[in-house]
Amino acid sequence: MPALLEIKDLFVSFHTFSGEVEAVRGVSLSLRPGEVLAIVGESGCGKSVLCRSVMKLLPQNGWIKGGTILADGIDITNYTQRDMERLRGRLFSMVFQDPLTALNPTMTVGAQIAEAVQIHQPGLKKAAVRCRALELMDLVDIAGGEERYGRYPHDFSGGMRQRAVMAAALASNPKILFADEPTTALDVTIQAQILDLLRDIQVKMGTATVLVTHDLGVVARAADRVAVMYAGKIVETGTVEDIFYAPQHPYTWGLLRALPSRAVVGEPLYTIPGMPPTLINPPKGDAFACRNEYALAIDYQEPPPMFQISETHFAATWLLDKRAPKIMPPLGGSYHE
Amino acid sequence: MSEILLDVQDLTHCFRLGRNRVLRAVDGISFQLRKGEIFGLVGESGSGKSTAAKCIMNILHPTAGKIRYLGINTCDPRQFRSHKKFLQISRQIIFQDSTSSLNPRMTVADIITEPLMIHHIRPPRGSLRAEAAYQLKCVGMDPGYLDKHPAELSGGQRQRVAIARSLGMGPELLVADEPIASLDVSIQAQMINLFKHLQQEHGFTFLFIAHDLAVVRYLCDRVGVMFQGKLVETGPVGEVFSHPLHPYTQALLSAIPIPDPRRERKRIPQFFDSTAFDREGQLREVSPGHMVFQKGDKL
Repeated sequence: MPALLEIKDLFVSFHTFSGEVEAVRGVSLSLRPGEVLAIVGESGCGKSVLCRSVMKLLPQNGWIKGGTILADGIDITNYTQRDMERLRGRLFSMVFQDPLTALNPTMTVGAQIAEAVQIHQPGLKKAAVRCRALELMDLVDIAGGEERYGRYPHDFSGGMRQRAVMAAALASNPKILFADEPTTALDVTIQAQILDLLRDIQVKMGTATVLVTHDLGVVARAADRVAVMYAGKIVETGTVEDIFYAPQHPYTWGLLRALPSRAVVGEPLYTIPGMPPTLINPPKGDAFACRNEYALAIDYQEPPPMFQISETHFAATWLLDKRAPKIMPPLGGSYHE
Repeated sequence: MSEILLDVQDLTHCFRLGRNRVLRAVDGISFQLRKGEIFGLVGESGSGKSTAAKCIMNILHPTAGKIRYLGINTCDPRQFRSHKKFLQISRQIIFQDSTSSLNPRMTVADIITEPLMIHHIRPPRGSLRAEAAYQLKCVGMDPGYLDKHPAELSGGQRQRVAIARSLGMGPELLVADEPIASLDVSIQAQMINLFKHLQQEHGFTFLFIAHDLAVVRYLCDRVGVMFQGKLVETGPVGEVFSHPLHPYTQALLSAIPIPDPRRERKRIPQFFDSTAFDREGQLREVSPGHMVFQKGDKL
């Protein structure tokens, strides 16, 4: 199947007072129609920047330094804002972290969804627009659409607001939906509902979703494929099963071992030592080397290439080189059951 | 059983919303904190956890109820005034957002030593700077950060500075209001270990407010579950997590995400109907230390 979105060797940088910040450093990934791809990583690893550079929503001081972005077979790397306006909404939409700031507090929720419909189908009659907006509200499980249509965002609970934002994002049947931490601002009790809705929409409409998150619980629930990012690079990618049951990269091991839900009460929790590096003049070799207890000498010299483990599973660590010493991975294999 | 440090009795706090509407943010909650334990307060947003913490810290004045800290009624202005210095020193709070709780114009050394200067405490380790360096070391940071400003630090480091500032006073009770909610997974683990270390090695008592139940299960000794201003269940962590009795606790526990795709996808979160929640009732002890909010004999 041809990829819906293909990113090849993308570099994104920012101008700041202290120098050039290399936020994304050579990311390649592809998104197939109808799948949910989760991008996981700590804050500052470049996962949101990656999404925003595809949408061309980077702030003024950011620019794409190199690489290509192919969306639906078209090279959009050098598209201007005006060109992008034709694609946004139609080809891809975005759902942001905080639904309250994404909605206009002075407009009714129904009017905001209708606005999105009207922009994409300008010829539509008023009644038809309203009808379509109600249909969208039904799609995202907002019960009692007729009554809720005339309500303002402050009358909605957090989960309902996020549903309304999703309805507006889906107004023009986008092929790709970017969801940037869609559940972070919500309560745990609502989280699972919104994630299930994301999956539901993906099944009903065939939308491919890029889910940006730092929460591995979210990934476990909603994703088909996972890309783990660290310091502007993808360090491991694979199916959800690959990443959770047979992780290969030391950073992925660290992330999984640091989860309190996997910890044994009474034993100290595993921590990844140190801090993520700043991306102004990033280190020469592997950026994770200085925090990596399995680091080899070559990690400090040369960044590792992507090694293929199986048809779907790739990881960038020198440990997978055939000359590397064999080590016992701290986890993998049989966590489940 | 160790000594009771903090005794909260029927604490109620109401916010006035307009002329006729009153929001009972905290509605008659009672619990005790023993010396050296970590008590977790959990619940969804808007359940009154932070309001309760602010009442305990005298930031808000409770509408009704009593808060006794080592026998001192902190809500009584006269008693508060006569023990003001002791109360202000021995209770410390750590806020969720470390960015807004540290003055951006002060250096780390100034931030950590400011409370000592305010209370005219002679630094136990000679100079103020030596004291600041010692406290930084306690929370696992290098003295090289002493002259930095908060903006130069990462989120985890800022939260550590906020903790170092509160530790500098030698407190007995630390109230931590969602101290790790805004941090990354790998930093979260470091902070959790730090809290555990402070409790075990230095005997601090914590009131730990959180919404991440996996963290609470790992870190806390006892837990209280809040819903719409009421404390609906309280007890030892193992007991509450293995035998939750109140339907809201059950729903909350079923909402914990499991970082394991096969089990996570099978998990069906329970739904708790908040309209069915009866606000009348009281906490009843069902087994030693385990109390559940109920009306009459049934839940």
